[in-house]
Amino acid sequence: MNMKAQGIEKHIRIKMYEKMLLIRKFEEKLVELSGIDGRLPGMQILANGQEAVAVGVIEALETYDVVVSNHRSHGHLLARGADPKHLMAEIMGKATGVNKGKSGTLHMSVPEINVLMTSTVVGAGPPMSVGAAFAQQYRNEKNITVVFFGDGAAAEGSVHEAMNLAALWKLPIIFVCENNCWAGAQGLGQHCSIGDIADRGAAYGIPGEFVDGNDVEDVYYYALQIATRCRNGGGPGLIEAKTYRMRGHGEYDHQHYVDKKELEKWYALDPVKRYGKRLLNHGLMKKTEFETVERNMEKVIIEAVAFADQSPYPLPDEALEDVWAVEEGGQS
Amino acid sequence: MKTISFGQALNDGLDLAMSMDDSVFIAGEGVGVSIHVDPNMPTHGLLAKYSPVRVKDTPVSEAAIAGLAVGASCMGLRPVVEIMFFPFFTLASDMIVNHAAKLRYLSGGSSSFPLTVRVRAGVSFSAGCQHSHNLEAWATHSPGLKVVFPSTPADAKGLLLSAIFDPDPVVFIEEMGLYWMQGEVPEGDYRIRLGEAQVVRPGKDCTVVSYGSAVFTALEAAKILSEEDVSLEVLDLRSLVPLDKESLLDSVKKTGRLVILHDATKFAGFGAEIAAIVADDAFDLLKAPIKRVAAPDIPVPFSPPLEKFYKPNPEMVVKAVRSIL
Repeated sequence: MNMKAQGIEKHIRIKMYEKMLLIRKFEEKLVELSGIDGRLPGMQILANGQEAVAVGVIEALETYDVVVSNHRSHGHLLARGADPKHLMAEIMGKATGVNKGKSGTLHMSVPEINVLMTSTVVGAGPPMSVGAAFAQQYRNEKNITVVFFGDGAAAEGSVHEAMNLAALWKLPIIFVCENNCWAGAQGLGQHCSIGDIADRGAAYGIPGEFVDGNDVEDVYYYALQIATRCRNGGGPGLIEAKTYRMRGHGEYDHQHYVDKKELEKWYALDPVKRYGKRLLNHGLMKKTEFETVERNMEKVIIEAVAFADQSPYPLPDEALEDVWAVEEGGQS
Repeated sequence: MKTISFGQALNDGLDLAMSMDDSVFIAGEGVGVSIHVDPNMPTHGLLAKYSPVRVKDTPVSEAAIAGLAVGASCMGLRPVVEIMFFPFFTLASDMIVNHAAKLRYLSGGSSSFPLTVRVRAGVSFSAGCQHSHNLEAWATHSPGLKVVFPSTPADAKGLLLSAIFDPDPVVFIEEMGLYWMQGEVPEGDYRIRLGEAQVVRPGKDCTVVSYGSAVFTALEAAKILSEEDVSLEVLDLRSLVPLDKESLLDSVKKTGRLVILHDATKFAGFGAEIAAIVADDAFDLLKAPIKRVAAPDIPVPFSPPLEKFYKPNPEMVVKAVRSIL
């Protein structure tokens, strides 16, 4: 057992397991549906294998902290408490979706739970997040901003600009790099000049930590420490969570470029199964309780799909709405 | 009313917005401590008055400056950020075009981005094409952005205040060559609604529609033509998005002839949109073809005679008008 995590209360551990399982089941359903012609429009970009990062970091946050996400957002949204029904409806392009079908899977934001902005432009999250963190500092709030980005995004110039500005102004922001070993079909060694992205923090005077991104308690433990420091005026933090993209970039990508042995190695480290086993071994959950949780999550997913299926599509001319705060602003 | 410069009118607008609303802050490269010590610079003196908490000098980081505006506005602040020269808009454009303009739509209308990007523009000073390049057509071609382009000190103040308190993102284009131009400016909270063009010289024979400093080129041309008994109507658009189509069509209806003038390059420029709107909606009112006077399709040249050649002048407008009379 991770010694650092011994202080984590039982109910938090169980909650983290349940959330990870919910994310996994939700995305497994997307895998299934995307295999059926016409069921899901557009791309399906999944965070399968990265559940522990989303859950561990978000569990360490307070209600009014801001989260900024990216194209691989389902885990962040569900961990933060988004309603699976309205997420599923959005993914299907329905009017009852969290963004009325304007976003689809790629750029979902849910301001009610402070997942305030999501961008699919790789590397765009960090500069916007600097703005959110600036607003928190400007108003003397105790809240912080967390931005999730990938190892691929770490190569974008905008990430450098954002880290430099955040460190210069001591903004309350945590940069969470989910290093899932792949940027498209390019492995880390092909797109990143150094082994540990966390080391780049030193270039800005930002403490950089790397954590086992497939161990939710390790992620939670470090995220809580960094969040506390950040909340108390200590300036930005950088967490590099080492994890793995267990599926392709999107569901159209069948990973022909991935060594099977590498996949097997990471499947053995599956964060959801690994954590379940730990909770069982330490007597925190009984076998029957696992079965109950599993059944409950499956029910949630079935209800989400049913809700989305029964929801109407937006009317075509609703495409013209939501560009402007006051509609007179538009051209016609 | 007081007589002040265009730059001072902008300064007056920024000062007033900051004094009225604590959520307004300004940020950019040298908006606090500038290399220029000139009261005609729009942010002059604001650092001393509002402290570094609200007047943020930034690193040379256009993406981060625009990102700062996007994130802070989503949190309910009213950022006014500055892009030092229009060509650097390209460095900030992901945050402005892909985020400020689109995130409200992507959120299904649940988020707002009440930010203002002040862009310093113009063709003058032999600054060369990487400091001089009017890209207003890039901004107008990005749904979700309002685009404002004032020509007088009073309009600069009135439109800036409207832009800052507008609920949507506004790209506010300032021509640096106008900063020293004097004019009468109303005192206090003076606002001009975005999307209202103004007839700056009434006439009956031909309409010249323009914006920014090119409006003065049009007025010069009107003076020359008045000696030949040709009466030009000059329409200053003031804001390109939203566009005051009604005033445009009213003027064409009155004169039956249209010349479009801007300092940006001609091909696929904003003038092409004006021409298309009039051709679509008012073809039967036209007595002659629509003419465009604009810069040639080349980068802005450096050498003074070449730069002078680039910028449309009153004689070119006169020639275009004569060709359709």
